[in-house]
Amino acid sequence: MNYIWPLMIAFSFFCAIATGNMNNLSSAVIASGTDSISLAIKLLGIICLWNGLIQIADKSGLTKSLSKLLSPVLKLLFPTLKDEKAKQAIAMNMTANILGLDNAATPLGLKAMSRLQELNKDPYTADNNMVRFVVVNTASIHLISTTVALLRQEYGSKSPTEILLPALFTSFAALCCGLIMTSVLKKVFK
Amino acid sequence: MTEISDYLIPCIVVLMVFHGAFKGVDIFSEFIAGAKNGFKIVLNIAPSLIALILAIDMLKASGGLQVLCGILSPVAKLLGIPDDVIPLTILSPISGSGSLGMYESILKDNGPDSFIGRCASVMMGSTETTFYTMTVYYGSVGIKKTRHTLPSALCADFTSFILSPKIVKIFFK
Repeated sequence: MNYIWPLMIAFSFFCAIATGNMNNLSSAVIASGTDSISLAIKLLGIICLWNGLIQIADKSGLTKSLSKLLSPVLKLLFPTLKDEKAKQAIAMNMTANILGLDNAATPLGLKAMSRLQELNKDPYTADNNMVRFVVVNTASIHLISTTVALLRQEYGSKSPTEILLPALFTSFAALCCGLIMTSVLKKVFK
Repeated sequence: MTEISDYLIPCIVVLMVFHGAFKGVDIFSEFIAGAKNGFKIVLNIAPSLIALILAIDMLKASGGLQVLCGILSPVAKLLGIPDDVIPLTILSPISGSGSLGMYESILKDNGPDSFIGRCASVMMGSTETTFYTMTVYYGSVGIKKTRHTLPSALCADFTSFILSPKIVKIFFK
């Protein structure tokens, strides 16, 4: 992010000069502060809500049963991860992802991140399990992509859900590729 | 389909709460204790979110997006990605709301059951906003060095961009 962030800003600045969009750019800078805080407030509600529900599920043993159910998948994705609590949190996050519950997946994922961070030796640098976990989340394995299906229906598709299977195929291939890359690159980025 | 997804979230909430009650958990105070933690998480995320949104909003407002599309168009043609879908490939890793807006306009212009509409749908269904996910996940625990996360995640995104038109061709002859 240390390289990409300034690159994006500089690129935008020069594009605005070239296209004469400087007044748009100026208002975008001012609006972005408000934009990000309203996004944070939206997140705050969702995160608090699901954190509350997770706490109940933790105490009732629901998360434990779920992680047992998913343990073969977890073993495959995170072969070096032994910590039970982290596995449980990851299992919850993956379930939310598979069901297409985007709102729930983020708070559950953050819960898993905080547990992975407790196991991490260097608090400023991501360890291999964290990288794999974030890559799994960026690949978005959804059994039901609610948003896509709803929008397709809205625009008059004859079969809004026909793309779910091809999308699942594609994201599965993308995930495999991403995970292979993490294994290859982990020695390059120390 | 939409009815099933309407049921999904309420059912999960009911399941979680009643399973807790059934097991004798002090559900209400546990919920409050959990929800309280949410504030700390969001406080950690907010600064990185402000930084990311600034860069994204600048990119969108400056017309930089169109410039990038122009640069990428020959590469996309080589990979069999239709022209109308290129903005989506640039936006989808960086901005969730941006790519959703772009996806809507593609559906409006081309129709959801056209080749382009299907391509865009498969792309939307198979990628997540990589930069946003990284910012929120790492921001929440204060990780500064993300090592090989970005290259790996972008490789995954790239795979789905290349694969989407091909998969659509195979599935819908």
